[in-house]
Amino acid sequence: MTPATVQCLFFIFLVPLASAGLTLINTGLGRSRSAAHAMLASLCVMAVAAIAYTLCGFAWQGFAGGAAHSLGVAGKAWNWIAAEPLFLRGRPLDGSPASLAVLLQILSVGLAALIPLGSGADRWRLGASCASAALLAGCTYPLFAHWVWGGGWLAQLGANYGLGHGFLDAGGASCIQSVGGLTALSVAWILGPRRGKYPSQGMPAAIPGHDAVVVLFACFLTWLGWLGLNAAGAMLFAGAEPGRAVLIATNTTLSAAASLLTTATITGVRFGRPDASLCANGWVGGLVASSAACAFVAPGAAIAIGLVAGVLVTFTVGYIEWPLAIDDPGGAISVHAASGFWGVLALGIFARFADGASGQWLAQLVGIATLIGFVLPLTYALNWLLDRLYPQRVAPEGERQGMDLYELGAGAYPDFVTHGEEFLQ
Amino acid sequence: MKLLGFLLLVAGWAIVLAAVVLLNKTPERSAFAIAGIGVEVLGLILVTRAHQPAKGESE
Repeated sequence: MTPATVQCLFFIFLVPLASAGLTLINTGLGRSRSAAHAMLASLCVMAVAAIAYTLCGFAWQGFAGGAAHSLGVAGKAWNWIAAEPLFLRGRPLDGSPASLAVLLQILSVGLAALIPLGSGADRWRLGASCASAALLAGCTYPLFAHWVWGGGWLAQLGANYGLGHGFLDAGGASCIQSVGGLTALSVAWILGPRRGKYPSQGMPAAIPGHDAVVVLFACFLTWLGWLGLNAAGAMLFAGAEPGRAVLIATNTTLSAAASLLTTATITGVRFGRPDASLCANGWVGGLVASSAACAFVAPGAAIAIGLVAGVLVTFTVGYIEWPLAIDDPGGAISVHAASGFWGVLALGIFARFADGASGQWLAQLVGIATLIGFVLPLTYALNWLLDRLYPQRVAPEGERQGMDLYELGAGAYPDFVTHGEEFLQ
Repeated sequence: MKLLGFLLLVAGWAIVLAAVVLLNKTPERSAFAIAGIGVEVLGLILVTRAHQPAKGESE
């Protein structure tokens, strides 16, 4: 193996830390009586996603230059889906760039599948979350990822229509984060809010997370995971040379830092003191926003990207809860969808290319329009159909009792005394 | 209202794609693409309103 391959492998091996971080954030921001369920659901969802992606996901995603189906539109070829064999047959996993992409994608699709667990916390059945993850890993994710990373029509917008270098996303702000975030939105809509969240009178009930320490510790894990994710993604999908990893790591860190400080400042001014869970969301929002442009912008731009992400996360978390009345306990929609969109657009605004190609922002805008106009309806339709066949929301008794006792038969914290009023919410 | 909202989402995307395929000048393309995004935002508003729980529904 070449030194570049070893370096890329090292970055890929860091990616599960991002999954561990997201798992702990989702668990800590949920209720204590659903904590073990949240952890087990995360493991199961990643397992299902890895197998579903291996079964058919990679066959439909493929890689740039691989076999694919194209449609002819106004004299241009629109590459819309890959044509690789199922089960990774005939694909040697030997350290070649395509094999590294397979490994990174198996880990990334698990990360994307974890995101909806944040919005479905405390009420999403284990079996349903696994089935939903299979749909994401086997259908939604590979299709969009092919368009961006597999040499699909979005990636070719530059060559076909003169829009900059075509749609660019080095670390997965669109393919991983926005796809996961939009699935989280669909799941939150289909499941509906938790019992007692929106009372008949007054403001929505605040249902705080149960472990701020775990949530904040998870931020450190996500940091490491994102360094690997952004660097490996940039090397494999954006053609970044190994030396660029220094710039990528710097930009990733600066964006998260700026976003966290912005969130802490805004919540400090609004509420009199910084809000720990919002600050954690701000940190991850900064990481998400850094993903698309990390290999293409200067450190100053990365700080600006993080600053806007911090403002965006802080206000959208509140706005989504009320007046939009979408119950998203983990803040997944704001952190992954909204910050992902911003990250994608920020590349079009801040990136400067040596060849002076123009129209990059329009290519990025077409990508965002595709996420909202194609991925969201598709993921909603798939989850809606699943809900018809296999109801996704737990029975009211399960929500009252807690997902741990109802679905697993034992609580995460057996020594805890459960207060009566907690059961009444 | 929900179905109409999703139709608007898809229609907005179609407008953006049509702008990219059919128009050549950057200002026209940009204007139509932004208009397509606007249609998508309208669709999002409709879908969100269709999913809002009735008062006391989650009690």
